[in-house]
Amino acid sequence: MRITVKVNGTERSAEVEPRLLLVHFLREELRLTGTHVGCDTSGCGACTVLLDGVPIKSCTYLAVQTDGREVETVEGLLNGAALHPIQAAFKQEHGLQCGFCTPGMMLTAKALLDSNPDPSEEDVRWAISGNVCRCTGYMNIVRAVRAAAVAQSGSQT
Amino acid sequence: MSQTQTPIHGLGHSPRRKEDDRFIRGKGIYVDDVQLPGMLHMAILRSPLAHARITRVDTSQAQALEGVVAVVTGQDLAAHNLAWMPTLSADTQAVLALDKVVFQGQEVAAVIAETPYTAHDALELIDVDYDPLEPVVDPYRALEPDAPLIREDKPDQTSNHIFHWSQGDKEATDRAFAQADRVVSLDTFYPRCHPSPLETCGCVADVNPATGKATIWMTSQAPHVHRTLFALVAGLPEQNIRIISPDIGGGFGNKVPIYPGYVVATAASLLIGRPVKWVEDRTENLISTGFARDYHMSGEMALSADGKILGLRSKVIADHGAFNAAAQPSKFPAGLFHIFTGSYDVPAAYCEVDGAYTNKAPGGIAYRCSFRVTEASYLIERMVQNAATELGMDPVELRRRNFIQPEQFPYRSAVGWVYDSGDYQRALDLALEKLGYEELRREQKEKWERGELMGIGVASFTEIVGAGHGAEFDIAGLRMFDSAELRVHPTGKAILKLGVKSQGQGHETTFAQIVAGELGIPASDISVVEGDTDNTPYGLGTYASRSTPVGGAATAMIARKLRAKATRIAAHLLEASEDDIEYEEGRFFVKGAPDRAKTIQDVAFAAYTNLPEGMEPGLEGVHYYDPPNMTYPFGTYCVVVDLDKGTGEWKTRKMVAVDDCGVRINPMIVEGQIHGGLAEGFGIAAMQLITFDEQGNCIGSNFTDYLLPTSWETPRFETFATVTPSPHHPIGAKGVGESATVGSPAAYVNAVLDALAPLGITNIDMPVTSDKVWAAMHEKGFV
Amino acid sequence: MYPPPFDYLAPRSVEEALEVLTERGDDAKVLAGGQSLIPLLKLRFAAPEVLVDINRVPGLDALSEENGWLRIGPLVRHRDAERSALLRERYPTMAAAAPQISDPLVRNLGTVCGSLAHADPSGDWGAVMIAMGAELLARSRGAGERAIPARELFTGPFTTTLEPEELVTGVRVPIRERTGGSYLKLERKVGDFATAAVAVRLTLGQDGRIAEAGIGLTAVGPTNLAATAAEDALRGAEPGDEAFREAAELAAQAASPGSDLRGTADYKRNVVRVFTERGLRDAAVMATNQGGA
Repeated sequence: MRITVKVNGTERSAEVEPRLLLVHFLREELRLTGTHVGCDTSGCGACTVLLDGVPIKSCTYLAVQTDGREVETVEGLLNGAALHPIQAAFKQEHGLQCGFCTPGMMLTAKALLDSNPDPSEEDVRWAISGNVCRCTGYMNIVRAVRAAAVAQSGSQT
Repeated sequence: MSQTQTPIHGLGHSPRRKEDDRFIRGKGIYVDDVQLPGMLHMAILRSPLAHARITRVDTSQAQALEGVVAVVTGQDLAAHNLAWMPTLSADTQAVLALDKVVFQGQEVAAVIAETPYTAHDALELIDVDYDPLEPVVDPYRALEPDAPLIREDKPDQTSNHIFHWSQGDKEATDRAFAQADRVVSLDTFYPRCHPSPLETCGCVADVNPATGKATIWMTSQAPHVHRTLFALVAGLPEQNIRIISPDIGGGFGNKVPIYPGYVVATAASLLIGRPVKWVEDRTENLISTGFARDYHMSGEMALSADGKILGLRSKVIADHGAFNAAAQPSKFPAGLFHIFTGSYDVPAAYCEVDGAYTNKAPGGIAYRCSFRVTEASYLIERMVQNAATELGMDPVELRRRNFIQPEQFPYRSAVGWVYDSGDYQRALDLALEKLGYEELRREQKEKWERGELMGIGVASFTEIVGAGHGAEFDIAGLRMFDSAELRVHPTGKAILKLGVKSQGQGHETTFAQIVAGELGIPASDISVVEGDTDNTPYGLGTYASRSTPVGGAATAMIARKLRAKATRIAAHLLEASEDDIEYEEGRFFVKGAPDRAKTIQDVAFAAYTNLPEGMEPGLEGVHYYDPPNMTYPFGTYCVVVDLDKGTGEWKTRKMVAVDDCGVRINPMIVEGQIHGGLAEGFGIAAMQLITFDEQGNCIGSNFTDYLLPTSWETPRFETFATVTPSPHHPIGAKGVGESATVGSPAAYVNAVLDALAPLGITNIDMPVTSDKVWAAMHEKGFV
Repeated sequence: MYPPPFDYLAPRSVEEALEVLTERGDDAKVLAGGQSLIPLLKLRFAAPEVLVDINRVPGLDALSEENGWLRIGPLVRHRDAERSALLRERYPTMAAAAPQISDPLVRNLGTVCGSLAHADPSGDWGAVMIAMGAELLARSRGAGERAIPARELFTGPFTTTLEPEELVTGVRVPIRERTGGSYLKLERKVGDFATAAVAVRLTLGQDGRIAEAGIGLTAVGPTNLAATAAEDALRGAEPGDEAFREAAELAAQAASPGSDLRGTADYKRNVVRVFTERGLRDAAVMATNQGGA
């Protein structure tokens, strides 16, 4: 089947099997390897991408379903060469160690901040409860998301 | 040369991590990101049964599927002498099963195809006939004389007993027990769990016929060791093997063993002449790779009436699964379990461990355990809790009475360890102060009067890391030194190459800080390279918290060697005598005339352009460090929990952690390590479990059954520090990666049991799930 | 991790979807949220010949009151329910359940109707709809639309009375006044299925006595269960500790849980008892405060 999907703002077209998972389409077909696979029972969130701005598990979604829609991956966070405030905050607050959960975590955080610009610690923990991290114990991830919230609200006029 | 304004960021600073720049952009290179021209994909067929004979393997239909390039069986490997491989515990492990399978999930055949989808389609077309045998999942059953023999492949193996090991003075310990006023005993099980790093294991094996070189990208915590073992096992010349351990998405000990998948992928690449990628899925990771714990522990503590510990003994049955593939120093089949006297001055101690084969995944040592220190620490801290309850004493007071005192260091324990330094009282006091201990005990009393349950759990652990001195510590014979190679460039920047390998611990940042601290070159001017065996010095890798104690020491030592040479160059530049040169933070100046100075950058340039007569050019060197001793990080963790009587659920209200890992290179990164370990300890205490039914079916082979805590369940942690440097480590650092995983499970469990103590409940094995708590209360008639 | 091959169709209307289901229903699976279906495909526990993706059909995501019912369209996601002010104000059982389903990422795609059609005995919506006295609407080309009461929908684990050629077109819930509700769920972690959960809906009469109660149970039987004896005992009773305790006991007896790693059957029955009692208390307070709306 032929699909056309906007990925990180650019239209991409490809011929794919219906059974091809979105995560494999992104990683293998489009060579966007920032989205990671962490499990096989849809239980870890490492594969999180934004579908029309909504965070979903790309391992539990078919590439064919994205025809005509917009997908954003971690590679789309940069604004030219400038870091997204969330990326900057994750680095500043030591919100990552091995980096494997980080792309998915940041995209979930982005969606959270889009709908809730001033989340409490509880709001953050709730929002990222579908993204597993094995390294950080979540403490600094929460700090990073809230720091990003502050940075983003500060830069709004 | 002008002086740089860039901050040096030596020890004690918290510069942000260099490695983050690629991770936050999604530009990390993990093994599954590697794509080579002509690359094929491998999938492994695994046994559905735990114990069975293989009577027939028919791969013809799979081979016929379009896109399949090869199907490999045990018989194919046997023809090349590759059907079996050695393990890190001097046992053997089947690469692909030949005539029997011995655990559910064992590797039976492999398909190599053009795409992973095709490879997995082909798996379904392989026909295997199994003749079931009686599975053995209980190690006690395994050790019975009439138990089915699992390792029929080993000629001298007549039972499922693997080893007997003991340490300590049995007679002295027995005497101590005979004289005791009180003996407290505890039978407790540290269940099988699994490190489950978020990235599974895998490799891309590229045996290139054109160059004769085998380049293997591999999820490896010990690339040099793996390269040597590949050379020995696969017969490939070592100089032609290049192992590249790129970015690793978490290790936690899971990526120390060599797995059959690596061997088959390499053999397949060799035979086919194309690169072969094998990346396991999560089920494969949980069902077949290096698990952790599975220790059935009995402990006894002999005490005087006033609460002095007179002796300690322990008997352990160690379940190693079907192959003993535990990754541990070869002289220690039970790892460093004999640290089980912990933080206490115990005059007599003795422990014995018996290892057993069962029809379960092979392994045993993993998961931030510091080589079985998790098990030992759990046992002693649980026994202290129970002893206090039995004696009617506050568990804090019992600890105070028995702590090794600061003036006793270096302290030789009853089983022979020499603890380098410690101040246990100070850490405990700080923890209790930050917790508000007295107030909480008052609150607990009030609540109990109202029939409400809350508990306070304490664990004051001492652990042992930094393996280790070569005469005692080796992995498969390779002594456990480590190395650092440092070159300072003409423009004053530097490159540091290491034998250790980060999987998220931040070495690119912290090891640069060590050099910065010694040479005054800004940490951000120092690039750190690890993981590629072609361009790093030989090292034993990163696990058991050894990077800082051993690799960090090597780094400090080579930096000091270069500083000594730099001093001589500076003297030459300043036209002064070497004895008159003083050094401070990257500046070499003449004693008494601080304006007569040269920077390290000046010296670096001079090393290539303006040297004293007869001096070897360059500013470079390598140091191999053989640690004189282990290091002994310690701390006190306190947990407050509230119980729901109706459901048995418990929630952590507060958690205070005081850690002492000696000098902290980067406090931010140290804190991050502790957060991670405290969360893992929570997961282990509360929910993580791999278990088996009577047929040997693995329950816990996916994230639906093997539960990892999310941000919602994981408690918040308040972390604090004391600093008691290691006297023998060049920068006084001890290592911290595993302390929190070692010390915290007992803190959580002690908290729940502290809440239940008035009911007379003395033990609940981990994971302490709500149903177990309720069942314990229900049995006592409380609910 | 890799699904087996299948055909994929994305109809643009309900009629088109029904056409396909009539032709190939036995070998077809409807794809709505996919958060239960796609994991099954990846594990190769299911191998349908064709997936019928209804996400392109417009107008299936209505969540609103009309003609005396709350209507929930087949593409209403769990998160729509979680964010709905309407549910929060007037359908508290549903509002309580929605945030507890799976994890936030799954909730962004998974659907209420899909969950009901999937009929996992550990599914949350089934118990909720039983408590709400709701009806599933299903349409086929041959037989038109029919309404299936939730408590008649489930016949066994993952089995419903739905026919292969039928498409679920929504759920309808009666609109009631003076109604409170709760959904108490014991899960070992976010994303785990329930160890046990209880959905409670309590409707008071003008006289303040209990007019009607709905109690649905999750994960304690071969399907979601209705605690009918408990419901009967509550009807006409004075809301209070005594009535709630008795109902809780009856609800526990209605459960037939299995013993597994989540706990023994006794434990799970205990949880049902505790949650029923707590849930009824919470629901009563809510219903009283709601007054006549």
